[in-house]
Amino acid sequence: MSDTVNSDKLLREFAPQIERTSKFGKLWIAFLCVVICYGWFALYWQVSRGHIVTGMRDNVVWGVYIVNFIFFMGISYAGALISGTLHLFHSEWRKPIIRMAEFITIISLLIGPCFIMLCVGRLDRLPNLILFGRIQSPITWDVIAISTDIFGCLLFLYLALLRDLGKMRDFTELKVPQWQKKMYKILALGYTGTADQQLRLKRATDVMAGMVIAIAIIVYSVLAWIFSVTLQPGWHSTIFGPYFVIAAVYSGTGVLIVAMYVFRKAYHLEEHITLQHFVNVGVIMLVLGAFFGYFTFSEYLTKWYGSEKNDEQLIQVLLKNYFNLFILSNYVGVLVPLIVVGFRKLRTINNITIAAVIVVIALWINRYLIVVPTLETPYLPIQDARAAWQLYHATWVEWALTAAGAAMFCLLFTIGSKLIPIVQVSDLKEEPEQPGDLHLM
Amino acid sequence: MKNDKKDDNNSRRNFLKLGILAGAGTVATGALLVTGKSASGESGEKIKVLTTTGEVMEVDKNFLTQAPVGRKESHQGIPGRKFVMVIDLARCKNARKCVEECQKGHNLPKETEFMKVYLMQDSEKTAPYWFPKPCYHCDNPQCVSVCPVGATYKRTDGIVLIDNERCIGCKFCMTGCPYSTRVFAWKPDEAYDIDQPYSPEKSVPGVEGTVSKCDFCPDLAREGKLPYCAQACPMGVIYFGDIDEDVVTNGTETFKFSELIRDRSGYRYLDNLGTRPNVYYLPPVDRQFPVERGLDGLDEETLKRYDNTPYVKNAKISKEAK
Repeated sequence: MSDTVNSDKLLREFAPQIERTSKFGKLWIAFLCVVICYGWFALYWQVSRGHIVTGMRDNVVWGVYIVNFIFFMGISYAGALISGTLHLFHSEWRKPIIRMAEFITIISLLIGPCFIMLCVGRLDRLPNLILFGRIQSPITWDVIAISTDIFGCLLFLYLALLRDLGKMRDFTELKVPQWQKKMYKILALGYTGTADQQLRLKRATDVMAGMVIAIAIIVYSVLAWIFSVTLQPGWHSTIFGPYFVIAAVYSGTGVLIVAMYVFRKAYHLEEHITLQHFVNVGVIMLVLGAFFGYFTFSEYLTKWYGSEKNDEQLIQVLLKNYFNLFILSNYVGVLVPLIVVGFRKLRTINNITIAAVIVVIALWINRYLIVVPTLETPYLPIQDARAAWQLYHATWVEWALTAAGAAMFCLLFTIGSKLIPIVQVSDLKEEPEQPGDLHLM
Repeated sequence: MKNDKKDDNNSRRNFLKLGILAGAGTVATGALLVTGKSASGESGEKIKVLTTTGEVMEVDKNFLTQAPVGRKESHQGIPGRKFVMVIDLARCKNARKCVEECQKGHNLPKETEFMKVYLMQDSEKTAPYWFPKPCYHCDNPQCVSVCPVGATYKRTDGIVLIDNERCIGCKFCMTGCPYSTRVFAWKPDEAYDIDQPYSPEKSVPGVEGTVSKCDFCPDLAREGKLPYCAQACPMGVIYFGDIDEDVVTNGTETFKFSELIRDRSGYRYLDNLGTRPNVYYLPPVDRQFPVERGLDGLDEETLKRYDNTPYVKNAKISKEAK
């Protein structure tokens, strides 16, 4: 039973993280709570005074909230795609990072939809989406797709956790409150690792991994279609579905690398997460970055070359009013990871992490540049509108809620890592080999 | 010519009469109420209405009050109608009476307007012109397609309405509309606090957090009246009528819709988008006013709204050059 010994050793290593929280950790959690409270205050402000406190007006009706929504949904699908794909391909190296990818998926999937609700004028009428739902509307597609996705991802994450939950239950040395032990016991569903259980779990996980990949692609395409089914010059594009999917996974790999870096430092995982992991995920990021750059280029090239009146107007606005952001998101955000990961000499953990941070920021800006400038350049020029209503400037309320969303993401991640080891403890060998299994990397 | 005019007057009377009868047809469903008392006494003007038993009876005009059409009934169009609007760009001088009266009629907050007047210039060398823009009540409305809850709908009489008691305020229709027609109620407003039963046909009272827009005033059409904008326009820019009956009127002149469109080369704005609008424009030829007259007499805030138009920009540049 070397496997058990192995995972016990790992559990012993991770037990301190689960058993107590360091001073710095407590400070960190307190800081996050303060930011979240600030967000709650902003929410109260918005609800009590109306959407007038945001920067959104009749022309730019969607702003930072929708950008955050796309962003969080994006990184969530990325987690699903990465963990699903690595699972199906039986990549051995995935073990130390797969839990993080799964956490990213679930947490951002819970936060993302909150942002679209902030954008809705009548939250009290949300049940209408179900009561009077019309299948013709892409928003209904989105409601169906996202709820399916949340369910599917939760199931996939749970299946992936099952083995570790069993280990946590059986690991008697763990000094945690009684309720936590009880929780492990209930959640482990009596999994003890018999050959039959192993086989069933593997089959279920395989199916769910495939499903999660498919659902993730569908959901993100549906999200893209919310924009591209409209006639707006910057949105009405056939490439938007695949473009959004690629952009999503790209930003997700960025967030994964940042998470790897942070947890490696915070929990001293140097032994488990090595340069090789950063390079491997970095290479995935590089490939996605190349695709993303290609899609972006072909999207703007055709608009610019054809120079239809409204497209031309949009591109002028992008290059004039948003020049720096445009360059940062569509050039720097593509070229930096290509160079850093592309050249062997530059591949250090720090460099790759910096590239990943740039990718995450660039992709957020990319979504901003998709949403806002388009709404600022409608078919009919914005006229006979109050000066303050013509252009979009996000207000403190929107930034506070954005910060609160990011803080919530970090807080849930921190809490998650306090309940379950951030690195999978059960051995991958527990997955019984079956004929027809793929092995890549 | 004299003959023509007579015909025009006749057809106008017909249109109005039919309007009344259409209203009368709905007495049975409770749209018109015979109240039996009137503050102003008898007007002496008798109106034929249908009773619930199907008999035609004459009632004095002042004894009739209009009960607003409820949410459910407002889903049905006015039977046998297909409304259309024609806007004569040759006559518009941005008097803004349409904007103001519409605002008053729909009890809108100060910063909300259903009607907007653009100062358009199609390209650098072409002439600028004033361009009133209501909702186009498209036959292929994007806004209706994308609404997730069916809060905005297309009726048999061609009108696109919004039910602000169902609207969730997602604003998808606002991005779906390529004509930037829709407006959002961004904050609670005293204008919404009026004691009146809600009717989608009146768009009154408004509700915070929902979308609204020009509704073609079907409540007025039921009474045989023109929309607020058409009534208010001092230049007679806005014609309203019925496309099946082939008649439009601005209150003083009445035309056959098809002839007006044929003779004056009427067109629909951005027709290439496939939305099939029900608002037609007559091109700004043989204009009655020079375009700059539209900037006269505007208050400072309104004047500022045209600062970024090519026409105003160019005018400023040439002024500075002098």
